[in-house]
Amino acid sequence: MHAAPAAPQAGSADLPLPPRPPWRLLPARVVAMCIVELQKMRHDRTELYTRAIQPALWLLIFGETFSRIRAIPTGRVPYLDYLAPGILAQSALFIAIFYGIQIIWERDAGVLAKLLVTPTPRAALITGKAFAAGVRALTQAVAIMVLSALLGVALTVNPLRWLGVVVIVMLGTAFFSCLSMTIAGLAISRDRLMGIGQAITMPLFFGSNALYPIAVMPGWLRVISHVNPLSYEVDALRALLIGTPGNLPLDVAVLVVAAAAGIAAASALLGRLVR
Amino acid sequence: MSTENETAEPASRPAVACRGLRHAFGGAVAVDGVDLAVAEGEIFGLLGPNGAGKTTAIRLITTLLPARPGMVEVFGLDVARQRMAVRRAIGYLPQQLSADSSLTGRENVELFARLFDVPRARRRERVHEVLSTVGLAGAAERRAQTYSGGMIRRLELAQALVSAPRLLILDEPTIGLDPVARDGVWDRIQEVRRATGMTVLVTTHYMDEADQHCDRIALMHRGRVQALGTPSELKSGLEPGATLEEVFRAYTGDQLDEPGDDFRDARRTRRTASRLG
Ligand SMILES: Nc1ncnc2c1ncn2[C@@H]1O[C@H](COP(=O)(O)OP(=O)(O)OP(=O)(O)O)[C@@H](O)[C@H]1O
Ligand SMILES: [Mg+2]
Repeated sequence: MHAAPAAPQAGSADLPLPPRPPWRLLPARVVAMCIVELQKMRHDRTELYTRAIQPALWLLIFGETFSRIRAIPTGRVPYLDYLAPGILAQSALFIAIFYGIQIIWERDAGVLAKLLVTPTPRAALITGKAFAAGVRALTQAVAIMVLSALLGVALTVNPLRWLGVVVIVMLGTAFFSCLSMTIAGLAISRDRLMGIGQAITMPLFFGSNALYPIAVMPGWLRVISHVNPLSYEVDALRALLIGTPGNLPLDVAVLVVAAAAGIAAASALLGRLVR
Repeated sequence: MSTENETAEPASRPAVACRGLRHAFGGAVAVDGVDLAVAEGEIFGLLGPNGAGKTTAIRLITTLLPARPGMVEVFGLDVARQRMAVRRAIGYLPQQLSADSSLTGRENVELFARLFDVPRARRRERVHEVLSTVGLAGAAERRAQTYSGGMIRRLELAQALVSAPRLLILDEPTIGLDPVARDGVWDRIQEVRRATGMTVLVTTHYMDEADQHCDRIALMHRGRVQALGTPSELKSGLEPGATLEEVFRAYTGDQLDEPGDDFRDARRTRRTASRLG
């Protein structure tokens, strides 16, 4: 009946398009999700400022006080220098661990259903979101690094090391945001996710080397610290930023494996959110 | 070029073909053996009372719910086996208002242009094109949270159209809209269809809309198709001079039997309503 044209095209001559090969598709999706994240941050800057308050207090009050009383043995490194990379990792952790709330909100608002009907494999969507969380954490990192420099922390000036910092923050945030999205897939509701998020952030933070060296911890806490990816993130950031001896290859390997596992787990559970 | 070859097959191949389409949530069967064929180029209406299974059927067709192989084909592609290819062919507007309110109209559409791989060189122009089509070019730089319900629905239409889909699936596109806004949405849909021959699968609770705009209608009730035909076939099949609303009542009149379901549906409707407000 209808003399439909061979490829109907809503007023456009070269659409729809042939599929992209997977190695082009994944980066394209990651870029798309990161751009949306940047656009959202540009529209709502208050969150950037309010989120900067807590790390600023840690550095200014906790950092300055503990520098003075010298309670934590950090060798020749001033305590504030020792603390700054830890607070950087902490702020990235806080952003990431509640990132799953966004995906639950998107589910409730019907946005997630629409994203899942685009030619985007679930793993690519999760990877995109994980990197988007990383982008958000990086904007926070800039604020913390500026403040640290103002407080006199001797940060590196080597651009390659700064590049390394970007990679480490991205990997760490990717892992913890995937952990959050995995919990979202299990908990399904926003309130439960909030509760679980709050319950695990402090143990992750205190059970790491962010505030004090692993050497001063009691034995049981050392064990926790060794299986806690946050410790590897802090170790790498410390090595890169203030030049303490660390095990960079091991840190990177742990973070890459953790991020990959997180992406796999969160993608596998994503379907539960739209059932 | 490659798309030309793919579509050079017989024009009689249906846009959507369901055979024994079925889905249960736990023990509750929502879609219970639906057989339908939506012809390429037509506007096909899926009608039925709350809880009839329309949204569930749509979610099976759009790959959101897992279908079994052989249950649904979209342009000859098996929905269970060729998800990515099926998704490339579909533009989808869910029942909920689902534009991202924290982004501008343009950013909302741009995201979907990226997710459907509209090349960078064409993207800006294409986004502007669809925003103009739905009459939002002037509001493109405003955030969607400042839009009215009708504008949001048209923005979502632009999101669904940006990839030039061959099949547009609309789940209650005019829900909660005033009569003028409803016409606004339908005029755009008709305009694009006339220009492109795109197929449209739509659900609605407005009988006047279905009567006016749909080429064919399937009446669903309790997960099954109870009646199928053109609006005039359905009406004259009941009795001379019948309205579509009377047809609807005749096939679905026993809907107050399950209070549990109705309670659930009322809650869902209210939730949707509060989102609109
Ligand atoms: N996620 C879900 N979990 C459990 N049951 C569900 C779910 N979604 C739908 N149902 C049930 O499946 C049945 C069909 O629902 P569906 O949403 O497909 O109806 P509908 O025809 O779209 O109704 P409406 O006109 O109200 O949108 C209903 O009984 C509903 O309660
Ligand atoms: Mg519905």
